[in-house]
Amino acid sequence: MAAALEMQVGTTAASAADLMAARSQMAVSLGWHIIVACLGVGFPLLVMVAEWRGLRTGDPAWRLLARRWARTLGVLFAVGAVSGTILSFELGILWPGMMGTFGEVIGLPFAIEGVAFFTEAIFLGIYLYAWDRLPPRAHLLCGIPIVISGVAGAFFVVAANSWMNQPRGFDLVDGKVTNVDPWAAMFNPATPPQTVHMILAAFLVSGYGVASVYAVAMLRGRRDRYHRLGFLLPFCFAAVVTPVQIGVGDWAAHFVADNQPVKLAAMEGVFHTERGAPLHLGGIEVDGELRYAVEIPDGLSLLAHWDPDAEIKGLDQVPAGDRPPVNVVHLSFQTMVAAGSALLVLAGWFALAWWRRRDLPRSDWFLRAASLAGVAAVIALEAGWVTTEVGRQPWIVYGYMRTSEAVSSAPGLRFGLYVLLVVYTLMTVATVYVLGRLARRPLPVAPQEHDVVEEKVT
Amino acid sequence: MTLADIFLAVTWVGVTAYALLGGADFGAGAWDLIAGGAHGGARQRALIEHSIGPVWEANHVWLIFALVMLWTGFPTAFASIMSTLYIPLMAVAFGVILRGAAFAFRKAVPELWLKRLFGACFAASSVITPFFLGTVAGAVATGRVPPGTARGQPITSWVNPTSLLGGILAVGVCAYLAAVYLTNDARRTGDQELTEWFRVRALAAGLVVGVVALGGIGVLRADAPRLFDGLTGRALPLVAASALFGAASLVLLARRRLVAVRATAALAVVAIIWGWAAAQYPYLLVPYLTIAQAASSPAVMWAVLASLAVGSLLLVPSLTLLFVLFQREHVQDLAAAGHAGKGRTDRDGKEAQAL
Repeated sequence: MAAALEMQVGTTAASAADLMAARSQMAVSLGWHIIVACLGVGFPLLVMVAEWRGLRTGDPAWRLLARRWARTLGVLFAVGAVSGTILSFELGILWPGMMGTFGEVIGLPFAIEGVAFFTEAIFLGIYLYAWDRLPPRAHLLCGIPIVISGVAGAFFVVAANSWMNQPRGFDLVDGKVTNVDPWAAMFNPATPPQTVHMILAAFLVSGYGVASVYAVAMLRGRRDRYHRLGFLLPFCFAAVVTPVQIGVGDWAAHFVADNQPVKLAAMEGVFHTERGAPLHLGGIEVDGELRYAVEIPDGLSLLAHWDPDAEIKGLDQVPAGDRPPVNVVHLSFQTMVAAGSALLVLAGWFALAWWRRRDLPRSDWFLRAASLAGVAAVIALEAGWVTTEVGRQPWIVYGYMRTSEAVSSAPGLRFGLYVLLVVYTLMTVATVYVLGRLARRPLPVAPQEHDVVEEKVT
Repeated sequence: MTLADIFLAVTWVGVTAYALLGGADFGAGAWDLIAGGAHGGARQRALIEHSIGPVWEANHVWLIFALVMLWTGFPTAFASIMSTLYIPLMAVAFGVILRGAAFAFRKAVPELWLKRLFGACFAASSVITPFFLGTVAGAVATGRVPPGTARGQPITSWVNPTSLLGGILAVGVCAYLAAVYLTNDARRTGDQELTEWFRVRALAAGLVVGVVALGGIGVLRADAPRLFDGLTGRALPLVAASALFGAASLVLLARRRLVAVRATAALAVVAIIWGWAAAQYPYLLVPYLTIAQAASSPAVMWAVLASLAVGSLLLVPSLTLLFVLFQREHVQDLAAAGHAGKGRTDRDGKEAQAL
């Protein structure tokens, strides 16, 4: 029925600067939200496990960890909720062309995500505020919906994003959407690899992120049971997920190779379609070719299609106007792979030491590396996200609508970006300060100390 | 009723819930703003924090729900509203961010100066956000949003008499609802003085909202004749009901019927929100776009409504648990802290003091 209306899409931005500003605004607000959102998806599981161990063993270290993590989770969830809300606004404010045309096609996953988010918010309220009012077991059970709905929410939001890469479930006739099948749109071919890759990324960011905090503390000499457990639980969790994530990443890359060859060509810096394409390490694009890269012969064909002689389509398969910016996509992809590989090495180091001695590696270098693991996981997350989003350009809906056709034609969009940059700078400072403040609280020396009494750990 | 009507009605339920619940959370922030100094206003702030702390995030989801429903069910209307009213809506988005983040931060820091800073940020954005939402409502209701990308006036669409009225009324209604709810919350702590503090303010806010609404009739008549006709025509029973419930609330407040007034105050707001909907039915964007014209495919609407029906099997018991748990627990818990007159009441507060 929307088709009956002359909706003017395909308007262009008021100015080129406004289009760039809209893209930057979306990038900054989404890039910011994605970090807290990942912690919101992965962290509850860690809190729950700590609480469960505390309940089972009565160990004050576990119980204090659970209490303190829960407080941090409360802050992260609040910030995640509101930084996610602005995105719903921006979808309409910045990209009315896309939402006006395709809003109905991708509405379903967002609606279900709303239900998931609602459940999460309700049980988080109960979990945080009713700790001392519910029997311990009931309280622990209230955590389970948080974990499930957090993961479910991530699934549905990323399903909507996958649709932008593999639009399905509609016909486009003269610029009008008809014959909509919202289920086909939600379960588009890109949904499985993208959602799994993202959810595991959330686990990695949470695991390595929390472990980093305790690695720093241990480097400073605090190696008591509290800090050891605070390190071991999240680190082990992330270390187990790391090799799985690399396997899933490979799956996702194969998917891109088969379904979005232009994106793959940009990721790998392949300009000309060829057989036996080499794998490029590093390198930068100058005048339509990749320079200064280390080449591994036949590497790309082998990795992408399990065949050293497979054909890899180059950027020359499409006109220049349909290509994503190669340097951004190539470098961010390589950054993600590098960060992921480094985390795999770190996880392997830990696994080896644990297998041989049931202990952390003795070297302080391990803790130094582990204290950077959280940052590395966030870098991998952001780089991977840039790869998939910028790699889709110039399309906002791959093959159907260009980003420049979706942007609002309202004048002065760039001023929104300026305000956003100020607000987000302040938010970042405040968030980092508050989280640091929560992490740095001194440990009680004896159980009769106030803190422990107040946190009901005795 | 067509499928699209039902879909819009479900969306409107979300808008109503956001006004009643999220609105009261904003209103609580407004009272936080004018509660007085760090010492004088400590008890008020403690009660506010205690009342909205566990529920504000759940209440906030109604806003996201309404947005998602609008773009799913009526994508052209969504795109038109968002792109024309991008300035006030961006302000709302920033207000939402600052409010939520600052509220969470205030609880997490022990230093007084930081509590003040975050508190001011929380409270100020609690006033700004409903104001801009009110201007958006005014713009939509007066037909200042034509269909299409950014087709309306970027400034005058929301800087006009009706939008201004909408903004002021929104802030007033939020503050009024919050004061009504908080009066009863305070009563259950057994703190007479605090109860009176909020009751007097609830009365004052109710009177102000009533006077502004009466004055608003003149504004609408001059600025938005079509809306005025709708409100005094088809929607008249709802408008009258709103006025009656409003008047009854004032009487109940004056006679200290603090539980009953929660219901009448909420009903007054519900009636006016549905009165607005009735006044502009069947138009979504008056006078350009009807609900039927804007509606998305039936397949989409069925899929979403079915998902929500399944989801509500989960949500309704969960929400009930949330509200029951905190409405009940409230009593003993705050009573203890309320008598002690401490600035902080919950576990977090004690913990912060211990450090």
